[in-house]
Amino acid sequence: MTYSFPILSFIVFTPLLGMIVVMLLNRERVTAIRWMSAVFAFITMIFTLIVLKDYDSSTASMQFMESFNWIPSINASYLLGVDGISVPMLLLTSLLSLVAIVISFNITNRVKEYFAFFLLLECGMLGVFVALDFFLFYVFWEVMLVPMYFLIGIWGGPRREYAAIKFFLYTLFGSIFMLVAILVMYFTSDPHTLSMIELIKTAPTFSRGVQIFAFAFFFIAFAIKVPVWPFHTWLPDAHVEAPTAISIILAGVLLKMGTYGMLRVSWAMLPQGLHYFAVPIAILGLIGIIYGALVSMAQKDLKKLVAYSSVSHMGYCMVALAAYGSVTAIAGCMFQLVSHGLITGAMFLLVGVLYDRAHTREIAAFGGLANKLPVFTGIFTLFGMASLGLPGMSGFISEFMVFVGSFKAYPIIVGLAVLGVVLTAAYILRMIQKIFLGEFDIAKWGGLTEINLREILCVSPLAILTIFIGVYPKPLADLMRATLENLVVLMAR
Amino acid sequence: MVNLTPLLPELFLFCWALVVLASDLFSKRRSASLPGYLSLAGLVITGFLLIPAHDAYLWGGMFVSDPFAVFFKIIFLGAAFMAIGSSFGLAGRMTHHRGEYFTLILFSTVGMMFLASAKELITLYVGLELTTIPLYVLAAYTKSSRASTEAGLKYMIIGAVSSAVLLYGLSIIYGLTGTTFLQQITINLSIYWLSYGELGPAFSIALMAILAGLAFKLALVPFHMWAPDVYEGSPTPVTAFLSVGSKAAGLAAIVRIFVGAFIAFATPVMAPRDWGSTLAVLAAITMIVGNIVAIRQTNIKRMLAYSSIAQAGYIMVGVVAASNLGVSAISFYVFSYMFANMGAFAIVAIIAERTGSEQIADLAGFSKSSPVLAGLMAIFILSLAGIPPLAGFLAKYYVFAAAVQAGYTWLVVLALLTSVIAYYYYANVIRMMYLSADPNPHHIVPSFPAGLVLALAGIGVILFGLMPEPILKLAIAAASSFVF
Repeated sequence: MTYSFPILSFIVFTPLLGMIVVMLLNRERVTAIRWMSAVFAFITMIFTLIVLKDYDSSTASMQFMESFNWIPSINASYLLGVDGISVPMLLLTSLLSLVAIVISFNITNRVKEYFAFFLLLECGMLGVFVALDFFLFYVFWEVMLVPMYFLIGIWGGPRREYAAIKFFLYTLFGSIFMLVAILVMYFTSDPHTLSMIELIKTAPTFSRGVQIFAFAFFFIAFAIKVPVWPFHTWLPDAHVEAPTAISIILAGVLLKMGTYGMLRVSWAMLPQGLHYFAVPIAILGLIGIIYGALVSMAQKDLKKLVAYSSVSHMGYCMVALAAYGSVTAIAGCMFQLVSHGLITGAMFLLVGVLYDRAHTREIAAFGGLANKLPVFTGIFTLFGMASLGLPGMSGFISEFMVFVGSFKAYPIIVGLAVLGVVLTAAYILRMIQKIFLGEFDIAKWGGLTEINLREILCVSPLAILTIFIGVYPKPLADLMRATLENLVVLMAR
Repeated sequence: MVNLTPLLPELFLFCWALVVLASDLFSKRRSASLPGYLSLAGLVITGFLLIPAHDAYLWGGMFVSDPFAVFFKIIFLGAAFMAIGSSFGLAGRMTHHRGEYFTLILFSTVGMMFLASAKELITLYVGLELTTIPLYVLAAYTKSSRASTEAGLKYMIIGAVSSAVLLYGLSIIYGLTGTTFLQQITINLSIYWLSYGELGPAFSIALMAILAGLAFKLALVPFHMWAPDVYEGSPTPVTAFLSVGSKAAGLAAIVRIFVGAFIAFATPVMAPRDWGSTLAVLAAITMIVGNIVAIRQTNIKRMLAYSSIAQAGYIMVGVVAASNLGVSAISFYVFSYMFANMGAFAIVAIIAERTGSEQIADLAGFSKSSPVLAGLMAIFILSLAGIPPLAGFLAKYYVFAAAVQAGYTWLVVLALLTSVIAYYYYANVIRMMYLSADPNPHHIVPSFPAGLVLALAGIGVILFGLMPEPILKLAIAAASSFVF
C-alpha cells in the first residue's frame, strides 16, 4: 500500500526538527525549551495515531512504505514501512517519549542540552521501528546510543559515569555482532541486498550453517538489548543511575527493541537457526524469569527492584518467542512488550516521583505512606497489581497468553515459569506492604507532598491503557493478528 | 617535446611553493598570514587543475594520472589545506622561517602527489623521499622545544632506515624481473612463476622487505615505536599532516605495489609466502596494540597518535581484501578519516594555543565554556570511533564489507572487537568535555583560518556520512584503476 504522504518520515524526523529548534533557542529560556520539546513530541504522537487510524489490519504486508535509493553504491536504501508488530511499538514509543518529556520538566541542570539529546534519542528509537533496510536499521540502532550515553552520564545518579559507559560499551559490543551478521547476510544473498523485505523471502534458503551462524550473532546483539540472562548486567546499573525519564524510556522502549529485532530479523529470516536454538532460548528465558524475580526480592533499593523485575518480565517474552509455532505465544509476547512498557514505565515514573520528594529509594526507610499520600499509594498499588499480573490488567492478559501459547511446546519450562508469577507477587506485595502500610514515621515523612497534577497527567494515560488492554484486549490483538499469523508461517519454513 | 599536461598540478604546486617562499622574503616577513593564505590559495588552484587530468600517462607509464591517483591527490591537498589552515597560530608565534614552514608542507604535498601517480619503482621511491624529507624538518620545527627536536631526529633516523629497507626490497624485485615498471614486473613475475613453478626465497624476502619498509611509514605494529613520540613532539598541525597526509601517501604506495603489481600473490596459490595473510596478521596486531595502548594515554596528541595507529590497522583490513571493493573502501576510509582526524587535531591545536595544555583531563567542562568547539570535537571523535550516521561509520562498514566478501570474517570480528576498546578511549574525551562538572575557564574562539578548517571538517564528516554517494562513486572509480 502506498500512502500519499510520507508519514513515517515525518514521525521519525519531527523529533529531530524539534532538536534543531531547541538548540536554536536561548539556553536561558527554560520554559520555552520544555514546552517546545513537549509540542514536538506531541506532534509526533499525533502522527503515530494517524498511522494507527489508517493502518489496514487485515493484511500482513508492509504499509505506509517509503523508498528512496539512498546509497546505491553499497545497496543501502532508505526503506520505511510498518506492519502489525511495529505499529504498537511506534505508539508505545511516541506515548512514552511524550510522558518522559513532560515528567522531565523538573530538570533544572543544562535544560537545553537535555531536551536536545532526548529528542535525538526519540528520533533514533522511532527510526528503529520503521526501518526496513539493514543499513538504515543499524544507523538508527546506533544513533540512539550517543544521546543515551549523555542522558545517563550527565543527568544520572551518583554512579552515572560508570553506568553510562557500561551501557554504551555493552550495547556497542552487541551491535558489532549484528554488523557482522548483516554483512554475512548481505554477501550470502543473491543478488546482494540489504532490504529486510527481500531477505525475509530469500534468507531461509541460505545453507543451514550460515543461518545458524547469523542467528547466533543476531541473537547476541538483540539479547543484550532485551536483556536475556546472562546478558543483563548492564541493566541494573543503567536503569538505576539514569534520571527518571530515561529509566522510563529504557524500560519502556529500549528493552523492546531487542525483542522487536528478534521478531523482525532473526526469527523471520533464519528459521533454521531458530529451530536449532529454540530450546536453549526457552531455557534462558526461564532462568531470566526466576533469576530476575529472586534478585528483585533481595533488593533494598526500590528502583533496583523495578529494574530487576524487568529482567524477569522479559523472560516471559523469550519463552514465548521460543514457542515459535503458536500465534498465541507470539501475540502474548507482543502483549507483554506493550504491557511491560506501560507498567514498568509507570513504575519508574512513580519511583522518580517518590525519590524527588524523599531523596531516598531505600525500601526499608519508608512505611505507612498510605496515610500521608493516598492518591500516590493508589496509583502505585494499581501498577504493582498490574505488574504481578492481576486479572483485569494488561499484565495478566500477556502472561496468560504466553503460558497458554507456549505450554504445548515446552510443558515443563512453562510449568516452572508459572512459579515466576508467584515470586513476582511476593516481591511486589512485600514492597507495597513495606512502603505504604505499617507504622508511619511522621517526624521523618511528615513533610512529603502528594503527587502533583503534572505527574498525575503523565501517569494517567499509562494507567488507562493498562486497564483498557486488560479489560478489552481485542483491538490490540486485531491490530497484530494478520502480521503474527503470517509470521508464524514464515518461522515454520 | 613531451606533453606535460598530466603533470600540471604537481608542476604548478611546486612553482607555487617557491612563490610562497619568495612572498615571505619580499614582504620583509612582516605579515604572519600572507604566506599562509597564499598557500591555501595555491592548494585550491591545484585542486581545480586536477579536474581535467584523467587517465593520462607520461614517460611510458612511469607517471600515471588515473582515478586512483586523482582521488588520493584530493586527499593530500585536503590534508595540506587543513594543516596549513590550522597553522596560522603557530606561524604567528614564529620569528624566523615562517615562509619556509608553509613551503615545506607544500613540497611534501608535491611528493605525495608524485607518489600516488608513480607506477615505476624509482619514481615511487623518489616521491616517497620528497614526501618525508620535508616532514623531518617540519617535525623539528619548534627548535626551542626539546620534544620537537627529539621528534625530528627520531623521525629522520627511523625514516632513513625504513627507506633503506624498502629500497633493498625494491632492488631484489628489480634483480628478479629486470624492470622497474610495475606493469612489467607483474608480467615478468608471472612468466618466472610459470617457468619455474615457484618464485623462491628471494621473492619472499623482497616482499617482506617492501612490506616492512612501508609498514614503518604507515606506523603499523610492530613498526610503530617512533610514531607516538614523533606525533607528540611535533607541532600539532604537523602531527595532523603526518597522521593523515603521510599515512595516505604510504597507503597509496602499498596499494600501488601490492594490489597493483603483486595481486597474484595475495593468496597462497602462487606464492609460498603470500602477502595477504601476512598483512592480515599485521593489521590484527596493529588494531589490538594501537587501541589497547591508547586507553592509557593522558596526553591527547599521544592518544590520537595511538588511535591513528589503530586506524591504519582498519585501513589494512581493506588492503588485505585485495579486491575492487577493498580498494574503493580504503579510498573512502582515508577520505573520511582525513576530515575527522584533521578536525580533531585542529581543535587540539586551537586549545593548546590558548591554554598551553595537551592533557585530556584539561578538557573538563569544555562543553560549557566553548559549546561549539566541544560539539565539533565530539563529532570528530565519534566519526573516528565509527558511530553512525557520521562518515567514519560508513568507512568502517565499507572496509569490513570488503573483508567479509574476501573471506576474512575473523579479521572483521577482531576489528570490531578492538573498536569496542576504541569506543572507550574516544568516549573518555567526550566524558571529560561533557560529563565533568568542573568549570573550564577558557572560552575559546578560533581564528578565521582555523574556523574555516573546522567548518570544512565538520561539514565533511556529517555530509559524507549522510550523502556519501558522490564520493563513493569516485572511490569506486579509483578502484577501477586496478586489475583484479
